[in-house]
Amino acid sequence: MTDVKMTVNGKERSGSVEGRTLLVNFLRDDLRLTGTHVGCDTSQCGACVVHVNGKAVKACTMLAAEADGAEVATIEGMANADGSLGVIQQAFQDHHGLQCGFCTPGMVMSAAALLAENANPTEQEIREYLEGNICRCTGYHNIVKAIQAAAANGSAVAAE
Amino acid sequence: MPKDNGIGASSKRREDVRFLTGKGQYTDDINVYGQTYVHFLRSDVAHGQINGIDTTAAAAMPGVVRIFTGADFEGIGGLPCGWQVTDRHGEAMQEPGHPVLCQGKARHVGDPIAAVVAESAEEARDAAAAIEVDMTELPAVIDMAAALAEGSTKVHDDLTSNLCYDWGFVEENKAAVDEAIAGAHHVTTLELTNQRLVANPMEPRVALGDYNAANEEHTLYTTSQNPHVIRLLMGAFVLGIPEHKLRVVAPDVGGGFGTKIFHYAEEAFCTFAAKAVGRPVKWTSSRSEAFMSDAHGRDHVTKIDLAMDENGKFLAVRTDTMANMGAYLSTFAPSVPTWLHGTLMAGNYTTPLIYVNVKAVFTNTVPVDAYRGAGRPEATYQLERVIDKAAREMGIDPIELRRRNFIQPDQYPYATPVAVEYDTGNYEATMAKLEEIGDIAGFAARRAESEARGKLRGFGVNCYIEACGIAPSNLVGQLGARAGLYDAATVRVNATGSISVMVGAHSHGQGHETTFPQVVAEMLGIDESMIDIVHGDSSKIPFGMGTYGSRSLAVCGSAMVRATEKIINKAKKIAAHLMEAAEGDVELANGQFTVAGTDKSVAWGDVTLAAYVPHNYPLEDIEPGLEETAFYDPANFTYPAGAYCCEVEVDPDTGKVEIMSFAAADDFGNVINPMIVEGQVHGGLAQGIGQALLENCVYDENGQLLSGSYMDYAMPRADDVPCYVVDHSCATPCTHNPLGVKGCGEAGAIGSPPSVVNAVIDALHSGGHTHVTHIDMPVSPSRVWQAVHGG
Ligand code: FES
Ligand code: FES
Repeated sequence: MTDVKMTVNGKERSGSVEGRTLLVNFLRDDLRLTGTHVGCDTSQCGACVVHVNGKAVKACTMLAAEADGAEVATIEGMANADGSLGVIQQAFQDHHGLQCGFCTPGMVMSAAALLAENANPTEQEIREYLEGNICRCTGYHNIVKAIQAAAANGSAVAAE
Repeated sequence: MPKDNGIGASSKRREDVRFLTGKGQYTDDINVYGQTYVHFLRSDVAHGQINGIDTTAAAAMPGVVRIFTGADFEGIGGLPCGWQVTDRHGEAMQEPGHPVLCQGKARHVGDPIAAVVAESAEEARDAAAAIEVDMTELPAVIDMAAALAEGSTKVHDDLTSNLCYDWGFVEENKAAVDEAIAGAHHVTTLELTNQRLVANPMEPRVALGDYNAANEEHTLYTTSQNPHVIRLLMGAFVLGIPEHKLRVVAPDVGGGFGTKIFHYAEEAFCTFAAKAVGRPVKWTSSRSEAFMSDAHGRDHVTKIDLAMDENGKFLAVRTDTMANMGAYLSTFAPSVPTWLHGTLMAGNYTTPLIYVNVKAVFTNTVPVDAYRGAGRPEATYQLERVIDKAAREMGIDPIELRRRNFIQPDQYPYATPVAVEYDTGNYEATMAKLEEIGDIAGFAARRAESEARGKLRGFGVNCYIEACGIAPSNLVGQLGARAGLYDAATVRVNATGSISVMVGAHSHGQGHETTFPQVVAEMLGIDESMIDIVHGDSSKIPFGMGTYGSRSLAVCGSAMVRATEKIINKAKKIAAHLMEAAEGDVELANGQFTVAGTDKSVAWGDVTLAAYVPHNYPLEDIEPGLEETAFYDPANFTYPAGAYCCEVEVDPDTGKVEIMSFAAADDFGNVINPMIVEGQVHGGLAQGIGQALLENCVYDENGQLLSGSYMDYAMPRADDVPCYVVDHSCATPCTHNPLGVKGCGEAGAIGSPPSVVNAVIDALHSGGHTHVTHIDMPVSPSRVWQAVHGG
C-alpha cells in the first residue's frame, strides 16, 4: 500500500492505496466522491473525466498514486460557492443537455476544459472535442447547445 | 406566451440538479455496511461441457468468503420467461431452462460458470482467475440458418431442435396473401438483415443484495427499469421469496433502453448469496462483462415481398423472418419478433392483405430481447426499405407512393389486417410538416452544391407507426403474456397541501420527476413545486409494471390522473362541507374551491388540512385523510406515428457516409413537456443513426464475441450525428386515455434507420451506381465501397 495526498476540490485529502488502484476508484471508493462515474474499461467513454492540475483527464486511465500531490477537481466542486449551479451546469439544465445523468459529470468536466482552452468554440469544435465522451441518451444535440450557451454566458461574464 | 407551469410547459428538469452536481444515487454509489463483492467466472467458449470445477486453490486465496457453482443452485428455479408464444400449428414454443449459474453446460461466451464472493472486488477477481474449470469445448451454432438445418448441433439437448417457434400471423390470411402476390402487377422483393445491437446504457448493470436475518427480509438494489417486475419474477419463480419479505430498489438508473427490463442471473445471485454468506453481496458489471451478459437487441434476417397494382397501390405484404433468441429465452424475448413486430406490418398504409412468418432460433450467443423500439424498428425498417425500392422500380416519387397508400384521417378507428385498431392519426399532416421542416423543395440545390464539391448527396424519407403502452391485460394474456400490463399510482396529499405521488413507472432519463408533477399541478391548479414523485422502490409504491415500450405516461400517467380525480372528488366533498354548499356546486380552479354563483371560497391547503385535522369535517360521510390509489389498464395500444427524412453525403472515393441533416415530424398526441419530448426524439434518432451507420455486434463462427468493447463496437459520438430538426405539432390525441398522450420514447430509434439507408441508396443512384439496390446496416465505408465496386 502507498500513501497518497492530493487536493481535491480545494481540500487536502489523503489515503492509502494499492499500486493498481485507479484514480477513479480512489475518488469513488475512498473519498466517496461518487459523482465521477465508470462507464467502460477501455478508456473510451469519458464518464470518469476529472481535472488534474487543470487538465481534463480520464480518471480510469490514471493510477491514484500518479495523482499524488496533484490538484484534482471533480463534478462535486463545480457549483458556485453558494451551492447554485455554475455557468456550465446551469446551461446543461437550461438546454436539457442530460437525461439519465450518467455521462453528465464527465461531459461537464470536458466542457469546462474545452471552454478554458477555447472560449468560443464552433459547433464542429465542440463535437470534435467531445470525441472521448459518449452519451447514449441525448443524441448530443442539447449538449452542444448547452456548451454553446455556456460559452456565450461565459464571455458575457468576462466582458462585464 | 408559453406556459411556465403544468401541462405544456417546458419546465426545467428538477432531477438535473443532483445529476449536475455529482449527487445522483446510482446503484453502484450505494454501499451497505459489511458488504462483500462478487466476481463471476464466465465461459470463454460459446458451447462447452463442464466436466468439473476445482475451486480449491481459489478458495484459499486472500479475502475469499465463498465460491458458488451451479451445484449450489440445484433445486432452485431458473430465470423465467415472461411470454409464451403459440406457433402457427397451435403448439407452445420450446422453452429451455435458464439456470442462474451454468448446470453442466455453458451455452454462450459470458455464461456464468462460478461466482467468487470476497472482501474486495479485486480479491474476488483474482480468485476467480484461480478456479480451474475442466471443460470440453463443443461445436457452437451461431448462424441462424445453420442452427435450423437438419442435424445441427443443439443448443439445448432436451429440446427437439433449435427452433423456438414457427409463428404465422395471421395464419388464416396466408393463402390469400400468396395468391395476391402471385397475381400482382408488380412485386418488389428485398432481403435484409436487421443487425444485432447492444443497448449500451452508459451505466453498466449493478446488483447489491442484502439480507436481514432478524426479520427475514431481502433487499435488492438493482439497475432496473421495473423493480416490481423483478420482485415478482425473482421472488415467485426463482428464489421463492414472498413479496412482503423482498424489497427491490432501483434508484437512479443511468439509462436502460430495454436492456434493464429483464430479470438477470446476477440479481438472483446477489439476493441468494447475501443470505447464504450472511453479508451483503455487490456486483458491478464492467463494460466488457456488459457486452457478454446484457441482453442484446434486434438480430433479424428477413425477406419481404410487396405487391402493388399499376398505380402503386399496395395489395399485399408477405414477410419471412428468422429472429435470433440467443442461447436462452430472456424475459420478454419471444414477444419481440411476434406481437411487437408482426402487428406493425401494416405501417401507415391501407395494405389489405398481410402475412408474417417468424422463426425464432436458439444459437450459442447472448440472449436477445427488447432494445429501444423492440420489434417495431424491425417492422418499420423492412417495410420502409421495400417501399423505397418499389418506388424506384415503379418510377414513382417515394413520398407520392406513400401518400397513395396512407390510411386517411376519416378512416379511424382503422382495423388493420394484422389485428390492431389504430384509434387516431393523420399521416398526410406529418408528411406535409416534414416537407416544410426538412425543406424538401430545397434539396435539388443542396445536391448541386454537394456535387460541386465532388460528393454524392442523397435524400431518404420514411414513415413509421409504433404501438406503445401495450395492453389491455386480458388481450395480452391471450397473446401469451404471463403478466398484466396495467400500471398504478398513489396520490398522497399531505396535511399542508404538498403531494407525494407514488408511481409504478421508473425514470431513468425520461424526466418523470418533472413531467408527472406537471400533470397533477394542472389538474389541481397548484404549483408543480408542491408535488414530488416517488418511484423505483417496491416498498414505497403499491405496484407497477415499470418503464419500457413508451408506456410511462400513457399507462402510469393515466393511473395518476385517475387517482388525482379521486382526490378531487373527495376534496370537493370536504370543501362543500367547509363552505356549507352542495357538493355539486363546488368548483376547483387555480388551487381554490369556490361555489358557483357565490363569493365563497376555500383554498386547497385549508381543505387538505381539514382532511388531517378533521374538527370541522363530515366524519359521518367520509374518512379523514386524503390519499387515493388507482390502477389503470388501457383499452388499447397507442399509435404514435410520423414522417422522417435524412440527407447524406457519400464520398465516392472512400464510401464514407456523412449525415448532413435529419428532420422528424412526429404525432405523439398531446405533449406534457415539449423540451423533454424533443430530447427523447433526439436520443432515439442518434441510436437509429448509430444502427444505420456504425453499430454492429459481431460473433465469429466459433461464437467468440468480436465486438466486445468500445474499441470494436462503434457507438455514435458527437461528431457522427447532426443537429436535428424536430416537430411534434401535428397532434391527433389518443382517444382512449385521459391525457390523450401516445408516448415518444422509441419513435426516434424506430423511424430513423430506413431514412438513412434510403438516402445512401439515393446518393449512389445519383452517381450512376444504379445497380445498388440495398446495403445492409451498418452502412460502413467498406460496405458502400463493396456495393459500388464489388460488381
Ligand atoms: S470509465 Fe474512464 S473512459 Fe470510460
Ligand atoms: S444523459 Fe444518459 S448517457 Fe448521457
